[in-house]
Amino acid sequence: MKDVKIIVTVKQVPDTSEVRIDPKTNSLIREGIPSILNPEDRNAVEAALCLRETCGGTVTALTMGPPQAEETLEEVLAMGADRAVLLSDRAFAGSDTLITAFTLSRAIMKLGKYDLIICGRQAIDGDTAQVGPQLAGFLDLPQVTYAEEIALEKKSAIIKRGLEDCLEWTRVRLPALITVTAAINQPRYPSLYNIGTACDGSLLKRWSAKDLNVPGEMLGLHASPTGVKKIFEPDRKAKGQILSGSEKEMAGQLIEKLKEMQLL
Amino acid sequence: MDFNLSKQQKLAQKIAADFARNELAPFAQERDENMRFPEEAIEKMGALGFMGMCIPKEYGGSELDGISYVLVIEALAKACASTAIIVSVHNSVGAYPVYLLGTDEQKETYLRDLATGRKLGAFALTEPNAGSDPSSIETTAVYTDAGYVLNGTKTFITSGERSDVVIVMASTDRAKKSRGITAFIVEKGTKGFSVGAKENKLGIRASDTCELIFENCAVPKQNVLGSTGEGLRAALEALSFGRVGVAAQALGVAGSALEQCITYSNARKQFGKPLSHLQAIQWMIADMATEIEAARFLIFNAANLKDRAKPFATQGSMAKLFASEVAMRAATKAVQLHGGYGCMKDYTVERCFRDAKVIEIYEGTSEIQRLIVARDMLS
Repeated sequence: MKDVKIIVTVKQVPDTSEVRIDPKTNSLIREGIPSILNPEDRNAVEAALCLRETCGGTVTALTMGPPQAEETLEEVLAMGADRAVLLSDRAFAGSDTLITAFTLSRAIMKLGKYDLIICGRQAIDGDTAQVGPQLAGFLDLPQVTYAEEIALEKKSAIIKRGLEDCLEWTRVRLPALITVTAAINQPRYPSLYNIGTACDGSLLKRWSAKDLNVPGEMLGLHASPTGVKKIFEPDRKAKGQILSGSEKEMAGQLIEKLKEMQLL
Repeated sequence: MDFNLSKQQKLAQKIAADFARNELAPFAQERDENMRFPEEAIEKMGALGFMGMCIPKEYGGSELDGISYVLVIEALAKACASTAIIVSVHNSVGAYPVYLLGTDEQKETYLRDLATGRKLGAFALTEPNAGSDPSSIETTAVYTDAGYVLNGTKTFITSGERSDVVIVMASTDRAKKSRGITAFIVEKGTKGFSVGAKENKLGIRASDTCELIFENCAVPKQNVLGSTGEGLRAALEALSFGRVGVAAQALGVAGSALEQCITYSNARKQFGKPLSHLQAIQWMIADMATEIEAARFLIFNAANLKDRAKPFATQGSMAKLFASEVAMRAATKAVQLHGGYGCMKDYTVERCFRDAKVIEIYEGTSEIQRLIVARDMLS
């Protein structure tokens, strides 16, 4: 396939390795937590750039988020994406996965013709893995999830899927939507060579609800059928127990314990 | 006056910090121990635009401003000061003089390969009998039909072993002293040019430091960089820029020492509480943080003057002087704060301590920086 037009959806997420939960309010303490490009979205960008390198074409990065999500797009542009679109509007705030996917689908329709949409499997802040599949639904596209390899043929893609207990090779006709896992590649670093054009605004568009021509009641928190009821830290597990004695004695004790717990 | 970094500057800093954390930090201790050059990292950095940071895009450079440049060097040095100096020397005194003074032909032949990292640059001024006083260099270049014939020995040359292209200072007219010094672009492999002993250093050990020997080494006339007799002026201009990079390197080492002190003093318990609850420790950390902040703004000031095409030699010397001494003080406190562990190679503060001492000396000792500042103040 030549001149493949690829759209990659990305999300700016709090670096969850640094996030703590406020036990009183059950909400994430976001203050002072760095925002990062969602790790599997970075893999999605890399996959798109690799396909562009072999086939030619363009890579467009799309995100929805607050104005500072622009930083994430600039990083993706510095990785080598051709252009980027930020969907940012108060009207989008509080969208659940369904309305996020709906909003993204409207932006993609506005972007025009494409061959492939690549998404990260899931974002580390919600871990839902819903937006990719829902987006395929809104766009009426075939979808292939958990991709570990993508090869393009004339009008189709062959994808290796990493499932829990097996690998699956599947062919899908284009246009299609593919979600990728971290196993697909080792993402490149953004290049210092690209940061001038990445940050000067020439490759980045900002669209509001008005640009998408969608009525406000179909967007954001109040249009979302699901909501977060509570976030909590799971109870700390009981402390480990240190066994003592000879190796043989300890092995015996361990077997007894496991039997007690009905694990053996 | 705006103290905020621009988007480009923040992104450059982030890219360098991510790269340094993943690609440099995990191997820095081993490379230091074995004096192993960071070959793979340098190759990757070439592809990512680190090797021509202040060179225009038309020559394959990244065309960053001076502030971005110092942010990148600082971030690299935080993980590995040796890699930071290789990148700093290559950019500031390897590639930059070719951009400043090179003919179109020299830029086509050398600058593109330097800016994209395909070739590594070095700068050879220091000699066994001429370091702080460059006007007394003894390497000669005599004009003949075959071009200039170089004879002499250069010493303590950063990346001397690994570099492909060296900017060499030689005297074309001994009588004129400093006004008789000419800069030459000399390629590795040129007949009569060989690499001598590799030094076994106290710190900055993963960067190779070598002797370069010129024995009847014929260099074509078109490899004169700038005009004859103007070499020292060119050297001083490049060195001023180099010093700002070295200051940023010092800042990275100081920052690394501080970060380790914060982590260690929060984790280490003595007298039933973390070290960080003791005022003696708090004061050490406060002093380190304050000095680092002051050094940072001296460096930003010098880089900002360069970006605005204003003279910055004095400010560059101030930044190098202060930042390198801040790094030494911070690393000394850091070893002290870590106690016995601070003397062990398992702890990075030990490496910071050795690296900081070297930084106080190369690219102009503290004494030479004071001399430059004093001359400017008293002139």
